[in-house]
Amino acid sequence: MANQSNANTRLVNRLLLVVVAMFGFGFALVPLYDVFCDLTGLNGRSVQRVDALAQSLVDDSRVIKIEFVTFDKTGKQMTFRPQAQYLQVHPGEMKEVTFTINNPLSHLQIVQAIPSVSPGQASLYLNKAECFCFNQQSLEPERVSEFKLKFFIDKDLPKNIEVLTLAYTLYPIEQPVVAQVLRR
Amino acid sequence: MNTLTETASHDTEHHHGPAKGIKRWIFTTNHKDIGTLYLWFAFIMFLVGGAMAMVIRAELFQPGLQIVEPHFFNQMTTVHGLIMVFGAVMPAFTGMANWMIPMMIGAPDMALPRMNNLSFWILPFAFLILLASLFVEGGGPAFGWTFYAPLSTTYSGDSTALFVFAVHIMGISSIMGAINVIVTIWNMRAPGMTWMKMPLFVWTWFITAYLLIAVMPVLAGAVTMVLTDKYFGTSFFNAAGGGDPVMFQHIFWFFGHPEVYIMILPAFGIISTIVPTFSRKPLFGYPSMVYATASIAFLSFIVWAHHMFTTGMPVFAELFFMYCTMLISVPTGVKVFNWVATMWRGALSFEVPMLFSIAFIVLFTLGGFSGLMLAITPVDFQYHDTYFVVAHFHYVLVTGAIFSLIAATYYWLPKWTGVMYDIGLAKLHFWCSLISVNVLFFPMHFVGLAGMPRRIPDYSIQFANWNQLISLGGFAFGLSQLIFLALVIKACRKQGEPVPAKVWDGAHGLEWEVASPAPYHTFTTPPEIK
Ligand code: HEM
Ligand SMILES: [Cu+2]
Repeated sequence: MANQSNANTRLVNRLLLVVVAMFGFGFALVPLYDVFCDLTGLNGRSVQRVDALAQSLVDDSRVIKIEFVTFDKTGKQMTFRPQAQYLQVHPGEMKEVTFTINNPLSHLQIVQAIPSVSPGQASLYLNKAECFCFNQQSLEPERVSEFKLKFFIDKDLPKNIEVLTLAYTLYPIEQPVVAQVLRR
Repeated sequence: MNTLTETASHDTEHHHGPAKGIKRWIFTTNHKDIGTLYLWFAFIMFLVGGAMAMVIRAELFQPGLQIVEPHFFNQMTTVHGLIMVFGAVMPAFTGMANWMIPMMIGAPDMALPRMNNLSFWILPFAFLILLASLFVEGGGPAFGWTFYAPLSTTYSGDSTALFVFAVHIMGISSIMGAINVIVTIWNMRAPGMTWMKMPLFVWTWFITAYLLIAVMPVLAGAVTMVLTDKYFGTSFFNAAGGGDPVMFQHIFWFFGHPEVYIMILPAFGIISTIVPTFSRKPLFGYPSMVYATASIAFLSFIVWAHHMFTTGMPVFAELFFMYCTMLISVPTGVKVFNWVATMWRGALSFEVPMLFSIAFIVLFTLGGFSGLMLAITPVDFQYHDTYFVVAHFHYVLVTGAIFSLIAATYYWLPKWTGVMYDIGLAKLHFWCSLISVNVLFFPMHFVGLAGMPRRIPDYSIQFANWNQLISLGGFAFGLSQLIFLALVIKACRKQGEPVPAKVWDGAHGLEWEVASPAPYHTFTTPPEIK
């Protein structure tokens, strides 16, 4: 009988270990998901941040169309617009676009723009030297604010990609987001 | 399996019988008592969840909004799903496991009787909390049983904390139940009960229990993340803070797909027990049944994204999950083949458990076919989130899991109560259920293919006729289950002919070696297994 209950305890402990490990695994899926997306470019979030000077040579033989799309998810009737609907660029060529956000409210607003590139793979080749999406932005009341994006497309962009879309979604930051959970 | 046990000696082992009154049920550590508690609890939850389904079908009887508010409708679909999955199907299988596994392997009880008591008694509280959440201001959970973020985070009501808490308790309960099953099967088998002699019900539960301890913690993690996103400012699923709502779906379905197999593997075990009994032949291909169960369990971990074909995955991932999903139908097909081969040239008879089992084989397979259709990525873009999906999972869950549970009840109820139930009522229950369940779920294929979305309280006028028929089928199916309730109550009151130890002449297995009704303690000395 004592033997039996020892065996039971040992097995229970092992099974509990599996339970704890799987609970941890559920949370480990979060960084794993990010790493996976970063490596593959899935989800269009892996835009590269680069130094403004780190330009490569310009490839004049190709023209890439880059489209800009904006969404306002603040629920506060902001007008969020790119200065141009699209640009034609050569890979390697540094370009600048201005985005405008109109804050119609009578008090200061804090927002965060989240980028997404499609096709997802292309996000690995979009290099940003400067972007308003790197930080939270404060919007003066009843004013139109201007924000800059400086980017170039890597000349190793796969040949089959001729058009890419860069979308920004604007989110309100009501209370400061406490934990930027496990993220870069 | 041949067994030599002196049935008579067990009858004299009544030295300590059950305690008297309510305390017997609260403090019991007896596997049969706990099995009974689980089964009654599951049945009550089945009726409660069923009542919610009746509200849903009443609203959908006509197009337009007439009976309930859309927000309440959403609460009904959500809580119906949660109750049926976690309150009815899973506890019912655990109840079967408690009752039958010790008797089938020749053990005196479950390995961890006190934990067994605890794992049952926390369940009613989980569901009280869940049901109470319907009455708080702003209503209960209304985001679907899948609680996708941001519906469950940004857009959910204040009751979400209650929902999370309830799911945690349900998870802990099933994890404890699963650990108990695994330890019992590893350590308590009677001498001579080797792995490949174990009854298939025991095998399938053994594998299911491993699935449970692997994925219930992931579910617990998912609800915890929802909780902290909603109340503590984390951003697991919040894009503004760097999170990703699509990730919620990956985590949920990593749990969710194995979960659907948790609800069907024990059913496979039940059908594999009943079909040979009434075919009077041993089960065809026993080892292949074991291997098929194990491969289904393994594959169930690598198909989760077939629920997410429309989330914008890259083509490679769509193809990977499509092929893996289709691969599952191979071991599933092996099982169906073996059941049919068992019946082939058998001396068939059609007692009620067999009727439900045959209905299971036909209708579950139908659900498998619609699953295969859904697994084809390009067509899933049309079927996804329509009533076609609702038809699919009700065929596998109602005419699959629930029918197997009913079959098991009709098979073992005489062993539990010692009397034969009212066979006339049972046949009435079978035919009413069989007809109404198909009137209820079959036309859902049609309206789904025609584009009727799921989880919406209103629909376009062209779906009206089918929906009326579906609702009528639904009411009829719901009422039919009251026949079952009456029958079980009658049997528990011992109204019926007493039955011998071996209730069915074609049956095999240790549970038929003990007297009927099964004495409070069985196999206190292990049986000899040849
Ligand atoms: C041959 C076997 C099966 C295949 C190929 C299959 C395939 C699928 C697919 C592709 C979906 C997603 C449909 C969509 O949302 O667009 C689905 C949904 C579902 N399946 Fe299956 N399935 C199979 C067996 C089962 C079994 C055995 C069960 C449970 C006992 C089950 C339960 C479910 C449930 C509950 C859903 C819906 C989940 C929800 O969105 O609420 N399936 N199935
Ligand atoms: Cu699935």
